[in-house]
Amino acid sequence: MSSSKKIRVLVAKPGLDGHDRGAKIVARALRDAGMEVIYTGLRQTPEMVVRAALDEGVHCIGLSILSGAHNALFPRIMELLKAEGVDDILVVGGGIIPEDDIPDLKKAGISEIFGPGTTLQEIVEYIQANVKL
Amino acid sequence: MDEKVTLPDAVKDWEDTEVKSTVARFPERQEHFKTVSGVPINRLYTPLDVEDVDYQRDLGFPGMYPFTRGVQPTGYRGRLWTMRQYSGFATASETNERFRFLLEQGQTGLSVAFDLPTQIGYDSDHELARGEVGKVGVAIDTLQDMELLFNGIPLDKVSTSMTINAPAAVLLAMYIAVGEKQGVSMDKLRGTIQNDILKEYAARGTYIFPPTPSMRLITDIFRFCSEKMPLFNTISISGYHIREAGSTAIQEVAFTLANGIAYVTSAIEVGLDVDSFASRLSFFFGSASEFFEEIAKFRAARRIWARIMRERFKANDDRSCMMRFHTQTAGYTLTAQQPDNNIVRVTLQALQAVLGGTQSLHTNSRDEALSLPTEQSVQIALRTQQIIAHETAVTDTLDPIAGSYFVESLTHNIEKKSLEYIEKIDAMGGATVAIENGFIQREIHNSAYDYQTSVDKKDRVVVGMNEYVVNEAQQFDYLRVNPQAEQEQIQRLKEVRSRRKDDEVKSALVALGNAAKGDTNLMPLILDAVRVYATLGEICSVLRDVFGEYKAPDIL
Amino acid sequence: MSVTELVDGVLSGNRRYLARLISLIENEDRLAQDALIQLYKHTGKAYVIGVTGPPGSGKSSLVTKLTAEFRKRSKTIGVVCVDPSSPFTGGALLGDRIRMQEHSLDDEVFVRSMGTRGHLGGLSRAASDTVRVIDAFGKDIIFVETVGTGQSEVEVIEIAHTVIVTDVPGSGDDIQAIKAGIMEIAAIFVVNKSDYPGADKKVAEINTMLDLDPRERAWRPPVLLTNSRTGDGIAELADKLQEHLKYLKDSGMLEQKGLQRSREELQSIMKYKLTQELSQKLQGKPEYEKAIRMIAARKKDPYTVAEQLIAEFLFSEIR
Repeated sequence: MSSSKKIRVLVAKPGLDGHDRGAKIVARALRDAGMEVIYTGLRQTPEMVVRAALDEGVHCIGLSILSGAHNALFPRIMELLKAEGVDDILVVGGGIIPEDDIPDLKKAGISEIFGPGTTLQEIVEYIQANVKL
Repeated sequence: MDEKVTLPDAVKDWEDTEVKSTVARFPERQEHFKTVSGVPINRLYTPLDVEDVDYQRDLGFPGMYPFTRGVQPTGYRGRLWTMRQYSGFATASETNERFRFLLEQGQTGLSVAFDLPTQIGYDSDHELARGEVGKVGVAIDTLQDMELLFNGIPLDKVSTSMTINAPAAVLLAMYIAVGEKQGVSMDKLRGTIQNDILKEYAARGTYIFPPTPSMRLITDIFRFCSEKMPLFNTISISGYHIREAGSTAIQEVAFTLANGIAYVTSAIEVGLDVDSFASRLSFFFGSASEFFEEIAKFRAARRIWARIMRERFKANDDRSCMMRFHTQTAGYTLTAQQPDNNIVRVTLQALQAVLGGTQSLHTNSRDEALSLPTEQSVQIALRTQQIIAHETAVTDTLDPIAGSYFVESLTHNIEKKSLEYIEKIDAMGGATVAIENGFIQREIHNSAYDYQTSVDKKDRVVVGMNEYVVNEAQQFDYLRVNPQAEQEQIQRLKEVRSRRKDDEVKSALVALGNAAKGDTNLMPLILDAVRVYATLGEICSVLRDVFGEYKAPDIL
Repeated sequence: MSVTELVDGVLSGNRRYLARLISLIENEDRLAQDALIQLYKHTGKAYVIGVTGPPGSGKSSLVTKLTAEFRKRSKTIGVVCVDPSSPFTGGALLGDRIRMQEHSLDDEVFVRSMGTRGHLGGLSRAASDTVRVIDAFGKDIIFVETVGTGQSEVEVIEIAHTVIVTDVPGSGDDIQAIKAGIMEIAAIFVVNKSDYPGADKKVAEINTMLDLDPRERAWRPPVLLTNSRTGDGIAELADKLQEHLKYLKDSGMLEQKGLQRSREELQSIMKYKLTQELSQKLQGKPEYEKAIRMIAARKKDPYTVAEQLIAEFLFSEIR
């Protein structure tokens, strides 16, 4: 493996929610942990998220939703990835996500959900430990 | 000893003897103490710390310039603040039920939360609305939804606050049209539209058009209301979202007032007389978890704004200098862990707002770090306000915390530091430029990052989250938005579209598009369009075609 | 994944393979070179446009608008955005996509963000190989966007046929921060945000600067005003770009540039290979470590030792 190999992460805000405080902080923490972070900005459709992830060759997608639209949008993103034959991208999510929703999201293929109170270090370590480089 | 020791000497003496010996034996908890805004906190405040403060010049009297001690001469002895819980979810009829519940519980004003498609000007059947319909607020597509929302609520009896910005003109027009149907003319309508686009670019993200046409829509509203709706607040210049996005208290004040300056400037530029609209400007702040700095923040904000209006904009009318504001307890301080603890946080934050002299207040519910609040949680939140109002007696005298050496010193400091920021923003060319070049967003983001880092490192203790943690399962029910709401809403929209007169809609939209290209006031044309049941999405789409869409700068 | 699969995938227009190959290039994977060997004959068709300028001068917005304009003219587009990596952590925040959203679902547009990293072969190697595979993939026009402040970025921008330097009104002397090397190869200057006060003044400043240049040139760089919000001036800029390409072709400059590029590239690859070869051979050799200690102790000099080591480890086989 070459020394210049880097974890690449797409940090995306699907849906219409404009609260990007968390997404931006996480993006910065991942950068500081030595990763290459592609930030999409607000208002991404699931199609846009998947296209960006594939074109950018990322190892991980971090999704943030605070509006409650996660049950509609997260599984849709997983479906699109599956349709593209992708099974080596780690997908994690965060935001205002009730515990009851988590099992179904995981069943859809989201690896981990980081709720309020998660430290940046926990997120960094989880990604480092679980991405397939 | 007969000779009188001077105060500076006495203070020094106390530090050198009493303090020194105690600290030597029992070190203090931290070497340095500072507020969230980074202002150092001294061990003790004395008259020495307020030597720069002149009572009559800087504090004065309630109801009198510079309004540091409040905008009403009798404060809460006359009338309590308006207890106004922000609410709205799913469909208009479901939200209408919640409104009626809140009014029955003694709430005195309504505050409408709209869903994201509504806030961004998309109809519920738009591709981007998928999964978002009715989620963070009520979905409004046409006048019919607005009629359902206020069904059985007489608009001449309530004041209604609407958190709506980019399409504020459209929702205001719908509110006017509902009033007309109830037989209430627009000059009798009371309430507020948020209508603060600059903080959307800076912090909240529900923008549509670029700054220039957005400012035009705002000044169109100012002019329209100054002529026809004397009781309506035309804007709520909001620091709340700036704070929620991560700013400090000082940044919250500075950026909010810088935005305020930008609005007043553009209104004056289009030929409005400052005293014709300034008294209808209102403000909105957060109340976060830092007791004294927050109280000082409210007092400082009032004083700075008064001085800006008088000195910079030459307002003659005292009412133009009067900052009236709504407060919401800070959502970002709520924890998902041990959610009942949030009741205590909210209580303290609400008390700060009351001691700071707020005109109206929203108290967050304990479960809002997890979902929209349940009816029971909202009730506790409202009761919190009622307990402060009726059981603590803090309401019986005005500005009771004035004169505290600490609070006056903080107030003075916040004013000074905010003005430094405002000067910097002025030098860039004003708030619009400072937002377009990303300065304000970067400042907010850096503070947010520092805050998160201090929580992660436990430099800042958040009870139940990074200390005093227990193993727990989420133990109570939270509100689930009716999953059928999206489909029901889309169905109703289709019905409205099929029933209305298409030629009327078309001609109203064409007229609006043509007017948007020129410089006539758009409010009457939008009103014409909503009356014939043009949808919010159709109206915004016509304006998008003329105005274009805003693209955020990359600030990371 | 085999080389054949990768090459066939890229040539058949499958963007997944293109993305994969770029990752391999970025990781300096041996597979990437094998693929590039096979793809080389399919390259050299795209028109490569470099866009550089100080931060905040609207590069991404300009590329977005130009993309829209060239899509109207039925051109397919590739975009490579280069942003600096942190020298301390190696991480990077790549935010240029934010502005490219309106093209994010257009099949004829491919956008890739790159960090400058600490590429062994130099950033220009990875970036130019990336441009090359997008070329082989079949995009007509490829934009390379970078902040033109570092030496490695000058090298990146040199792979472009046409270089646009952007600036905005009221930015003081920001353009001074652009490396002289870039100013010299700039073909078009663009003053973005034409509706801002001071736009005309900025144009005049740049024109004055260009008039002071004593070199005789057949192509005198034009200074254009654009507005990425309203789209004003974008069509004119696109025309000017096509005009410049025509000028390059007609004047023989294109051919000359091609030769020059090939020469530089060959030299740089040879240099890279030699360095790599040498460092692999020397890695962990006791006499190498010993020689270093001797030099530090002033018992030997580095000049002689370098010649000896090269002769012994590199040229022994060649001889």
